Amino acid sequence: MTLTTLDAPMSPLPYRIRQVTWENRDTFSFALAPAGEGSCERFLPGQFNMLYVYGVGEVPVSISGDPAEGDMIVHTTRYVGNVTKAMSRLRADQMIGVRGPLGNHWPAGEAKGKDLLIVAGGIGLAPLRPLIYEALRRRSDYGKIVLLFGTRSPDDMLFRNELRQWRSRFDMDVQICVDRAHQDWFGHVGVVSSLIPRAGFDPYLTHAFICGPEIMMVNTVEALIKRGVSEEAIFVTMERNMKCGIGLCGHCQLGTAFICKDGPVFRYDEMAPWLTIREM
Amino acid sequence: MKQHSEIGAMLAEHEFLRGMSSKHIALMEEFTSVDTFHPGDYVFRAGEEAEYTYLIRSGRISIEIYDPQRGAVLLETIAAEKVLGWSWLVPPYKWCFDARAVEVTRMLCLNAERLRQAGELDHEFGYEFHKRFTGVFAERLRAARLQLMDMYGPLT
Repeated sequence: MTLTTLDAPMSPLPYRIRQVTWENRDTFSFALAPAGEGSCERFLPGQFNMLYVYGVGEVPVSISGDPAEGDMIVHTTRYVGNVTKAMSRLRADQMIGVRGPLGNHWPAGEAKGKDLLIVAGGIGLAPLRPLIYEALRRRSDYGKIVLLFGTRSPDDMLFRNELRQWRSRFDMDVQICVDRAHQDWFGHVGVVSSLIPRAGFDPYLTHAFICGPEIMMVNTVEALIKRGVSEEAIFVTMERNMKCGIGLCGHCQLGTAFICKDGPVFRYDEMAPWLTIREM
Repeated sequence: MKQHSEIGAMLAEHEFLRGMSSKHIALMEEFTSVDTFHPGDYVFRAGEEAEYTYLIRSGRISIEIYDPQRGAVLLETIAAEKVLGWSWLVPPYKWCFDARAVEVTRMLCLNAERLRQAGELDHEFGYEFHKRFTGVFAERLRAARLQLMDMYGPLT
């Protein structure tokens, strides 16, 4: 019998790294498969896993792969601390512990019949990629699908192959904006929210899903509200100091919510009052 | 005469001037022309006289700064319905950056000297025009500050 996270929520299950892909100079993706028998835990777009580097520590990492792919589960992270640095040194065939999938998911079902606006900043594209895969699989459920992606520079772009594929589709609008570039860049330069006034979606019939640095999300929400999108139709994913991943330790508490258990996805109007309190 | 009325219509429908009185639109018609820039064309270069301000109708312009070590660095792109250039407002009326067309770009070009004169003679017009520019300053300054903070970079 295979134990699942539900049976033992604090025990990581052993997974084997099948593939390591460097997305840019400091961000990498792991494709993982269970070390023993059985298939990967099913997940919903927006959920995350706690990844455990044996002997080093555990961190929450966004699931960035296709939810329909059952034999492998893909995560994307950037090396910023001790655990992710140790993680970046792991190679294919090595083992890693996995707890999850944890947290809630993007409420894509609520957006049926409406336009889908996805706004990603930097590595914030990682937890949105499963949503894009899923939305394209159910393409007829939505009106327009618009992806606005802001990143530091053309060299820092994630998921280049997918971005190229999505841009070449006739049923999806993809716009990329960088903070700085050289003359060989033909895209936009500036903040990603500057794309909102002219992006092709109906503001009164749109659900917006945003992930990125908090300041980018706040700025984006402001531009969306100015365009006419209601706060109730805007969803953001929050990041705080998650430790247990199941709402026990309280490290990630923000206001009345535990980001790991009640989130990480929140309707903007539910989270907005807490975002302006610095002590939170 | 026909050309003027077409330019007047283009001025009136541009986002930057939307809602401006027909009297003021007619005033600007007198010193506005239409120009097309092709990819790679420089609209202006740093240090040149700021003789016009531009209202972009279609296409995209990049604002650049040239550094001998790094070459041209793109600071911002400005797209349709936006305004390009405000160095004509502040002495010594010289451009501070380069502006280059990224794609075929059609713009309304307003003569800067005539604009300054019009603002001096008709304060109501001058105030209305400056008020709209203040919104552009605020928006661009905010965007520049956000870009400066390198928000997608690693936390240090």
